[in-house]
Amino acid sequence: MMNAPIPQTVISARGVDLTFDTNDGSVHALRSVDLDIGKGEFVSFIGPSGCGKTTFLRVVAALETPTAGTVSVNGMTPDEARRARAYGYVFQAAGLYPWRTIGGNIALPLEIMGFDRAERTRRVREVMQLVELSGFEKKYPWQLSGGMQQRASIARALAFDAEILLMDEPFGALDEIVRDRLNEELLRLWAATGKTTLFVTHSIPEAVYLSTKIVVMSPRPGRITDVIDSPLPRERPLEIRDSPEFIEIAHRVREGLRAGHAEH
Amino acid sequence: MSRYGPLLLLVAALFALWYAAAVPMNIREALSAAERNGVVVEPATAIERRDANALGLVAANLAQIPAAWAQDRPRLPAPHQIVGELWQSVVMEEIEGQRGLLKSGSLSNRGLLLHVWITLSATALGFVIGTVAGVLLAVGIVHSRTMERSVMPWAIVSQTVPIVALAPMIVVVLYSVGLQGLLPKAIISAYLSFFPVVVGMVKGLRAPDAMQTDLMRTWDASGWQVLTRLRLPASMPYLFASLKIAVAAALVGAIVGELPVQGGGLGARMLAGSYYGQTAQIWAALLLAAALAAGLVAAIGGAQRLALRRMGGAA
Repeated sequence: MMNAPIPQTVISARGVDLTFDTNDGSVHALRSVDLDIGKGEFVSFIGPSGCGKTTFLRVVAALETPTAGTVSVNGMTPDEARRARAYGYVFQAAGLYPWRTIGGNIALPLEIMGFDRAERTRRVREVMQLVELSGFEKKYPWQLSGGMQQRASIARALAFDAEILLMDEPFGALDEIVRDRLNEELLRLWAATGKTTLFVTHSIPEAVYLSTKIVVMSPRPGRITDVIDSPLPRERPLEIRDSPEFIEIAHRVREGLRAGHAEH
Repeated sequence: MSRYGPLLLLVAALFALWYAAAVPMNIREALSAAERNGVVVEPATAIERRDANALGLVAANLAQIPAAWAQDRPRLPAPHQIVGELWQSVVMEEIEGQRGLLKSGSLSNRGLLLHVWITLSATALGFVIGTVAGVLLAVGIVHSRTMERSVMPWAIVSQTVPIVALAPMIVVVLYSVGLQGLLPKAIISAYLSFFPVVVGMVKGLRAPDAMQTDLMRTWDASGWQVLTRLRLPASMPYLFASLKIAVAAALVGAIVGELPVQGGGLGARMLAGSYYGQTAQIWAALLLAAALAAGLVAAIGGAQRLALRRMGGAA
């Protein structure tokens, strides 16, 4: 399978292996994962539980260390990139601090990174506008809906202008309607910021709708079974999901997932 | 009213039980006093009464029941006697006593207010020392496996030694290095109060889940930043729960510390009362100590509400 030519490789994984030692013996979370991700790409990782999609994201973010193989991020190791604050990580749970206002939560990474007060205020206002949360700065997380909390969490990841956005099932806990809306917004955000985005999901329509590249994975051991470069245009209204191209890609993703299962 | 109804009923029942218990407790003394005053009691002599059942004595001398509630040195003082003692030693002593506030300009050492103040200051200082030590130990335990393995077992062992046995030794040792007065009592008080703070804070500092610490890691936050921005705020509910236990323990420590020191305080009052058979004085000191504990716990509760409101109200 050929990858389309990539303008500038940001993340490059070569032969990444990761084995966890647990009480029930070792778990092969990733096996010989090779992947190149170009600047400004939106890459979705899809596959059943245990296929290593989250683990791969964590390896990129230097939250896990691979047992073998290398990952380079702009020519640096993941840990060097982490220290250079290259990652904005968004988890499935918004993980906002209940004792801080929304504005305070978004300012938290800025405080930690030593931005001065004026710059913090400016950036918080800017990203809150970007995720359409203006006016909620003084509210506390419990006063916001789940979808709004998750938008605040995305704003927090964007606030310090990290080069790479890592999103681990960010909309997994939200209902379908909110999810559709946030998907649309996320595309708009991605177009506006041009950030390289790695996105983990369980949902085929979500993966196809959002991505320029879809990485299909399968479990035991966690590995890549297919990489699909999406032919869809960058401008994507929600209706694109009824187009033949969309359905064809979704079909290929489904086939890839099924093939991964059939090998057992 | 309906909210306080059950509470009032309970208090009334307790008082009734108390008055009822005071009768057989004090009947022998009441009968002896009556006999000395020439009243005919049944049985007539103290020797016969010695072997008699207290309830039987009450049944045979119903007329003496009011006297059982009015003894000078009762075994169990009736509630109104304790209230009288409180009134005497808290208010009247300061107003009328030679060494009282009105005549001498300072609190009388025969009054209870001075002793409450002495106990309160040892409790407060001990509580502060214990809380600071407890928080520091907990921070150390959470950040260092070595400290977790070395400090925690000793902290637990320290609480198994009876404080009554340990207190005089702490006083003696500190006296020999020139420390006396408030500090030894405060240290005994701190010895009891640091423990619940350590236990609660270790749990509280570990309350943030893996996702929260992972986020901090992606931001390359320092250990100090993780502590001050994440772990400490997350531990606040645990801290306040521990502080309520700690402040009550601090009070117990201060009272126990006053027993060997004899420099005043509610503990010293209780001990003096038991030396001289002044049961009403013991009970009065006891009630004030209980009220003090309730007040301190309520103050922590107030501080907690204030802090949690400042922290967003839903925490």
